[in-house]
Amino acid sequence: MNEFKELSWQGLWKNNPALVQLLGLCPLLAVTATVTNGLGLGLATTLVLIGSNTTVSIIRNWVPSEIRIPIFVMIIAAFVTIVQLLMNAYTFTLYQALGIFIPLIVTNCAIIGRAEAYASKNTVGKSAFDGLMMGLGFTVVLVLLGAMRELLGYGTLFDGANLLLGDWATVLKITVFETDTPFLLAILPPGAFLCMGLLIALKNILDSHMERLFAAKSEEKVVQRARVTTES
Amino acid sequence: MRFRLASSPHQHIRRDTGQVMRLVILALVPGILMQTWFFGWGTIIQIVLAIITAIVTEAVILELRKRDFERALKDYSAVLAAMLLAVSIPPFAPWWVIVIGTFFAIGIVKQLYGGLGFNVFNPAMAGYVMLLVSFPVQMTQWLPPVNLAQYSHNFMDALYAVFTGFSVEGFSLAQLKTGIDGVTMATGLDTVKTGMAQGLTFSETIEFPIFDSVISGLGVASSWISLSYLLGGLYLLKQKVINWHIPVSMMTGLFVCALIMSLVDSDLYPSSLFHLFNGSIIIGAFFIATDPVSASTTNKGRIIFGAAIGVWVYLIREWGGYPDAVAFAVLIMNMAVPLIDYYTRPRTYGHTSNKQKPIDKAKS
Repeated sequence: MNEFKELSWQGLWKNNPALVQLLGLCPLLAVTATVTNGLGLGLATTLVLIGSNTTVSIIRNWVPSEIRIPIFVMIIAAFVTIVQLLMNAYTFTLYQALGIFIPLIVTNCAIIGRAEAYASKNTVGKSAFDGLMMGLGFTVVLVLLGAMRELLGYGTLFDGANLLLGDWATVLKITVFETDTPFLLAILPPGAFLCMGLLIALKNILDSHMERLFAAKSEEKVVQRARVTTES
Repeated sequence: MRFRLASSPHQHIRRDTGQVMRLVILALVPGILMQTWFFGWGTIIQIVLAIITAIVTEAVILELRKRDFERALKDYSAVLAAMLLAVSIPPFAPWWVIVIGTFFAIGIVKQLYGGLGFNVFNPAMAGYVMLLVSFPVQMTQWLPPVNLAQYSHNFMDALYAVFTGFSVEGFSLAQLKTGIDGVTMATGLDTVKTGMAQGLTFSETIEFPIFDSVISGLGVASSWISLSYLLGGLYLLKQKVINWHIPVSMMTGLFVCALIMSLVDSDLYPSSLFHLFNGSIIIGAFFIATDPVSASTTNKGRIIFGAAIGVWVYLIREWGGYPDAVAFAVLIMNMAVPLIDYYTRPRTYGHTSNKQKPIDKAKS
């Protein structure tokens, strides 16, 4: 069970694909103008990650290592096509809003990265769980980024959530302030870079705080002998 | 009596950052006065708003970073950046435009990069570009010069317009923008750009009333304002606050480009003088591009830096989407500064230059 805990911690925080590995930045920066777009793309990526991780893990013993990358890419592409067709069928407006970035999930290096680094070496259950956690970590960052940009840009939150979640979700829309002049910088790609930088900075601050708390707990220090002469 | 031993050089000017910045602010005064004369009190109100925002932002962020904010505020660098930003935006722009712009310039562009001396980009120009990209409508509402405007406006009108969008008598910004003949006016560069897009030749576009001045083709307001900033710039040169390299090479770069193209086709491409004295070339060359932090630091590098800015300004003005381009050009070249500095390092005394150095020695 400890392994699963470790996987969640890695995926959601310590090795977060968006904040730490900085993988998949292209969709991350391009589609997160609103919360809904971020959530939609995040969920799609999560589904693909779970599917590809599971499949790669199942066939890991029969794949020759020389041609593993093309095989992984084909598996990922198959799952992306499934997700794309599903979104086309059930959330058509969101499908149109996300546009090219749904097929581009194939090129998201977070997915092939997990397939290569984790799924091809571990059992099915763990790999699927890893895909879920990595996907959730990615989704959380997408939603946060979308929230920051939507709030700054349009003054709203969850605008257009009904496109993803069905008609009842129209009530989710929160108007924080009314504005005639959208703050275009937040909506345009530079705003995504700035918000991303701020999020990473926030994570680093929290990390250093936690480290200090942790260090305060384990007060006693072990003195280690340092080797002063080197062999170069 | 004690004799102090000091190493060479024995003659030096002791100027701290605060003194330099105060001299630059002083040199800005003639230009600001002239701008106020032509465009009304709005300019002064924007400057005050910008300075207040800049000081508050700088103090809060320095306090957060646990730095000595009194010392940092005394160096006037934030005030200078705020003033440069305030004179670049339209005088009657709503108050939140300058507040957001100054906050961005000081908070994000300057302090997040590490404060004075560490910012890669010129804070004032980065703030200006951010505003221009984010609020294109508010950032292009320049008033006609006072002698061409249909409605005159005083200090209270300016104050009301900045905070509510209407003057005391209830004229909207659009009405205040109306020229004496009832036609809404744009800046000189904008007029020429729009005119050319409609198929007019250069000599036809400069017949518009905004160019009503002694030398045809020079906007009356922009040329007087440019000359006032030139005066301040020359004062800075004389005080040795700035070097001649950047202003001269920047204006030369623009001048040569414009000269070549106007010789090719004087109907399609405005003259060099038009380019130099319209828009923000003079203030850009003497006050903005010479920012000691974000500009190149070697003399050869400064010449490359300035000339490239001039060329960029010309390229963007003629073929880009925006009428003026000093801010974009400065930011683009700011990115190139580390590279320029790397390749133009001067030879230190007693060492051979890189070119003469034998290749096998370079390995160590």
